[in-house]
Amino acid sequence: MRAYTYFPGCCCDEGTGVAYGISARAVAGPLEIELRELADWNCCGSTPMWALDSLEGPCAALRNLALAEPTGLDLVTQCSSCYITLKKAHDLFTGDGALGGRLGRALGAAGLEYRGRVRVRHLAEVLLDDVGAEAISRRLQKKLSGLRVACYYGCQTVRPRGIDHPEFPTRLEALVTALGAEAVDFPYKTRCCGASLMFSEQGFALSLVRKILESATANGAQCLVTVCPFCQINLDAFQHQINSRFGTSFQVPVLFLTQLIGLALGLEPRALALEKNVVSPLPLLSARVA
Amino acid sequence: MVDLTEQLYALPGGDKFKLCIQCGTCAASCPSVSVMQYSPRQVIALVRAGMVREVLRSNAVWVCASCYMCTVRCPCDIQPTELMHALQLLGFQNGLLPDGVAVAAFYQTFAASVRARGRVHELGVMFRFLLTRPRKALQLLPVGISLFRRGRLKLRPPRAAGVRELGIMLKALRQEEPLRVAAPAQAVEGGVGA
Repeated sequence: MRAYTYFPGCCCDEGTGVAYGISARAVAGPLEIELRELADWNCCGSTPMWALDSLEGPCAALRNLALAEPTGLDLVTQCSSCYITLKKAHDLFTGDGALGGRLGRALGAAGLEYRGRVRVRHLAEVLLDDVGAEAISRRLQKKLSGLRVACYYGCQTVRPRGIDHPEFPTRLEALVTALGAEAVDFPYKTRCCGASLMFSEQGFALSLVRKILESATANGAQCLVTVCPFCQINLDAFQHQINSRFGTSFQVPVLFLTQLIGLALGLEPRALALEKNVVSPLPLLSARVA
Repeated sequence: MVDLTEQLYALPGGDKFKLCIQCGTCAASCPSVSVMQYSPRQVIALVRAGMVREVLRSNAVWVCASCYMCTVRCPCDIQPTELMHALQLLGFQNGLLPDGVAVAAFYQTFAASVRARGRVHELGVMFRFLLTRPRKALQLLPVGISLFRRGRLKLRPPRAAGVRELGIMLKALRQEEPLRVAAPAQAVEGGVGA
């Protein structure tokens, strides 16, 4: 049993990505990894806070790194924004002497210390590198044979640098294949879903998502799998809006990778919070999970 | 007023654009380029021509989705995404925000939620942001309801006890000398909502 310090992030802890948090915790046991939640973690600041103020964003992210360091374990998050932001804070702290010193003094004022020794990792990276597709496939209870899955990576899990090649990643496909499913390749797998522009510039973000869904389904996908909470909500929850805007008829389930793995491990749909997906994956999967 | 270009140089990621060869790879890679008033390549050209104000008055830096495609493809390693972020910061610091672009207001609502509770309360952020935007609220209402019914939007806001520590850290940082080239004090306060 390998242990990690776990940073759920606001979205996956009890927000719109809660099913991702629930399913990640659910598959951890069977995959023999332990996710120990970081005590009293706070928001990483994400893009908004980092854009508003050159100091406040780094402060927010660094407090988490300072809290995580004494555990001596890798800091694992499943959110692509937390992932990229916590890494950026680490790089800023260790890379820029003057700024690093100032941030260190600010931590000190709050009774905290960071020595630059935390390794920030994405949960998908842990599943791929530490657990491994082969070990997962040895624990399968249900073969997902015949299920055609498009792996959607989105942006920030692979860019600027992340779990795989920034434009042509293939590792999730290998994992999905190890689950017994069929991985469908499609050219939009690393194109942007619009992220929070869905909120502020909705018409435009809908057009981005439409292209992704179109590309995946045109290549034969029955469902999509993602490792980012924002990709999931944009692709899953806005299909009705897309259909009424563009005259399309999408009804494609979009699962978190941990939900798909959980199903293959024989976990109950409820334990994986499948009922929280807007487009229910149950009609598609019922024959396989029964 | 201190020159905006000088201020930009002093920000993280704000000086690399000097190496740009104007090849346009960033513009061709950008998912938002069709709705941008200036493409990333044009943003860099304008900044180098000393026209930072024109850039900040446009929607260009605010519709960047932070997808980092330009950053991984740029042959000069300019990291245009970081430049976009630096320009956003500069816009806030100087109160130079474009009209009719909601992203900046969304960022502020998001940050207010973190300042108050240490964690983001998504429903609260949505509510406060949409309160003054009835058209957007109407568009998003069906999605909000379907998420709420599935337990994906919580009524009760989360809280990190350490939010106090964040305030202490920020106060300590502000008491030191400003990091960047000085901007008018009034604009700084307005921009960061201190």
